[in-house]
Amino acid sequence: MGAAFSAVYVRDLRLALRRRVEALLPVVFFIVAVSLFPLGVGPEPQTLRQIAAGVVWVSALLASMLSVTSLYAGDHADGSLEQMILSGQSGFVVASAKAAAHWTVTGAPLVLAAPLIGLLLDMSNAALGTLVASLLLGTPILSLLGGMGAALTLGLRSAGVLLILLILPLAVPALIFGAGAVSAVDSGVSTAGHFSLLGALLILTALTAPLATSFALSIALE
Amino acid sequence: MKRPIRWFTFAAPSRFYWLAGLLNPWLWLIAAGLALAGLYVGFFVAPTDATQGESYRIIFIHVPAAWMSMVLYLAMAFWAAIGWMFNARMASMLARAIAPTGAMFTFLALWTGAFWGKPTWGTWWVWDARLTSELILLFLYLGYIALVASIDDVVRGDKAGALLAIVGAVNVPIIYFSVRWWNTLHQGATISMTAAPKMAHTMLIAMMLMTFAFWAYAFATVFTRAQALALERERDTDWVRDLALARKER
Amino acid sequence: MSTTPSARATSSDAGELPTLTATDLACRRGNRVLFRGVNLAVRPREATWLRGRNGRGKTSLLRLAAGLAVPDSGKILWGDKPVRAAADYAAQRVYVGHANALKEDLSVTESLTFLARMHGRPSDAPAIRAALERIGMGSRRDALVRTLSQGQRRRATLARLALEQRTSIWILDEPYDALDSDGVQAVNELLHEHLRRGGSVLLTSHLSPGDAAPTLAEFDLDPFA
Repeated sequence: MGAAFSAVYVRDLRLALRRRVEALLPVVFFIVAVSLFPLGVGPEPQTLRQIAAGVVWVSALLASMLSVTSLYAGDHADGSLEQMILSGQSGFVVASAKAAAHWTVTGAPLVLAAPLIGLLLDMSNAALGTLVASLLLGTPILSLLGGMGAALTLGLRSAGVLLILLILPLAVPALIFGAGAVSAVDSGVSTAGHFSLLGALLILTALTAPLATSFALSIALE
Repeated sequence: MKRPIRWFTFAAPSRFYWLAGLLNPWLWLIAAGLALAGLYVGFFVAPTDATQGESYRIIFIHVPAAWMSMVLYLAMAFWAAIGWMFNARMASMLARAIAPTGAMFTFLALWTGAFWGKPTWGTWWVWDARLTSELILLFLYLGYIALVASIDDVVRGDKAGALLAIVGAVNVPIIYFSVRWWNTLHQGATISMTAAPKMAHTMLIAMMLMTFAFWAYAFATVFTRAQALALERERDTDWVRDLALARKER
Repeated sequence: MSTTPSARATSSDAGELPTLTATDLACRRGNRVLFRGVNLAVRPREATWLRGRNGRGKTSLLRLAAGLAVPDSGKILWGDKPVRAAADYAAQRVYVGHANALKEDLSVTESLTFLARMHGRPSDAPAIRAALERIGMGSRRDALVRTLSQGQRRRATLARLALEQRTSIWILDEPYDALDSDGVQAVNELLHEHLRRGGSVLLTSHLSPGDAAPTLAEFDLDPFA
C-alpha cells in the first residue's frame, strides 16, 4: 500500500518537474487574480485589508480548481489510469497519492505565495500569519475535493467549468473557516475555533474524499 | 387471503408508467385544490402581522418551498443511491426527474425570500444563514443537473449523479453549519428569516395547506417527467412500441 | 472454429491457472447492443484469437475480461469468482490495452518501472533492463517516451510481458500493432514461453499473428451481434 502511494506520488512529482512552466501556471493565475481586485475595488488600503482574506482564499480556490482538471485527464488519455485501476492497488491509496501530489505541486506553492499577496493587500503581520496557516490546512482540502471532481467529470467536454460548479459548494465550509480565521484575528477574536473546525474538516475530507474519488474513477472507466 | 401489493413490481418502467398515469390526474387536482385553499387562507383569512404588516404573507409560499427544496434533495439522493446499489433503472430515472423540480422550489424559495426582504429590510437580498444555504443548495441541484446532462452514457450518468447526490447530501449539514457560523460572526444583529411571526392558528393551517399542495404538485411533475424519461430510455422495448401504436390508432 | 466451455477448471487445481469463463455475456455501448449470448472459455495453455469486424465489441469484450467494465448481462468468471470480485485476479492477469499506458515525459525505464511496481511485478533495475532487452528496446531504455516511434512505444509497453514470472492470463488488445517483423517475432516468442509455462492468452489482432505464432483458437464475435 505504501509502495503504491509512493510510486504514484513520486511519478506525479517527476512529471510535474519535467513540465515546470505548466506546473507553475496556477500560481501565476493566483497572483494575477488577486491583483485584479484592487483594480476593481480601488487601491485604498483600508478596503483592501478588509477584503484581503476573502480575496486570497477565493483566488486560491479558483487556482486549485483550474489546475485539478488535468489530474486524471492525462492518465485517462494514455491508458495509465486503466492500469492503475487494474493493478489491484487500493483506489483509495491511488486517489490519496494523486491528491497529495496535486497539493505538493499546486497547493504548497499557493501557500508560499500567500505572504507576497498579503503584502500587496496591506495585511497586518498577524493576519498574514493566520492566512498562511489557514491556507496550509485548507489547500489540501481543495486538492482532495478537486480530485473527486476531476474523477467525476473525467473525459467530459466542459469538464473544467463543470468541475468548478460541482466542487465550489462543497468547498464553502473550508472557505468560511479559513477566511473567517483571518477576520477573527483582525477583530482580536480567538481563532482557535476556526482552526479546529478547519483541521477537523481536513481530517474528514482526507478520510472520505479518496473513497468517493475511487468510486468515481471506476464509474468513469466502466 | 388477499394478495399483498408487490411494491417492487413498480420498479419496472412499464408498470411505473401505468401507475403514474393513474395517479397524475388526481395529484394535479389535489395540488390545485389545496393551493387555492392555502392561498385563500394565507392571503385573506390569516390576520395581519403586528410587526411586518401584510408583506409577511409571502412566507406561505417561501417556507413550504424551502422545505420542499430540502426534502426533494434528500429524495433525489435516496432514489439515485437505490438506483446505483440495486441497478434499478426506474429509481435512477426518478432521481433525474426530481432534480429540476427541486431546483425550481429552491429558486422559488430564494425569490420569495427576496420579496420578503424588500419591504421588511429594504434590500432585495439578505445574506442570512437560511437564504445563503438555499443558494448553495441551488448550486448543488444545478451541479447534479449539469453533470448528468454532460454525460452521454446514461448508465455512467446515473451512477456519477448518484455519487454526487450522496456526497452533496452528506455535505449539506456541514455546509449549513458553516454558513450559520459565518452568519453569526459577521452580523451582530440577528436579522433572520427564521424570526417568523408567532404563528396564529390560521397561519399554521395556511402553511400546512400550501405544503401539501406543493407535495402533490411535486409528485405530479416528478411522475410526469419520470414517465417521459421512461419512454425515452425504453423506446426500443415492446411496451413502448405498443403504447406508440395504440396512440397512433386513436 | 469457436471454443466451447467444458468443465471449468477451478483454482483448487494445484498450481494450475484458473479458466476465464464467459457465460451468456452481453455488452452495450450507449443504446446499441454490441454482442449478446457470448459463451467463451480460455483455459490454461490455450490462446484465443478474438476476431470480428470493426465496432463489433472486441475491445469491449477484452475490457470485460480484464474486469474494467461491467457486463450488461451474463457473467464472466475467473475460476469460480466474478472477475471484478476475484481477489487474486490482479496478480494473475496482464492487460495490455490499445493505449500504451506510457507517460510521454518519463523515460522508458521509468514508465515501465512504475507499471511494474503498481502491478507488483519485479521492478528492480536489472529486471526492467532485461525485459526491455528481451523486447529489443534495451538501447533506448533511457529515452523519453515522447521521442519514440509508435512501434517502439508498443514494444516498450509489451516489455511488461517479459517481466512475468508467474503463470497468468494475458489479455492483449492489438499487440502486434505498429510492430515490425522483429517485434512480432519477439512477441510470439514470449507467447510461446508463456503458454508452455501454463499461462493463457486472449487477444485481438486485425493483423495476422504470423506463422511463428503459437496455435490460436479463433473466436468470431460477428455472429453474436
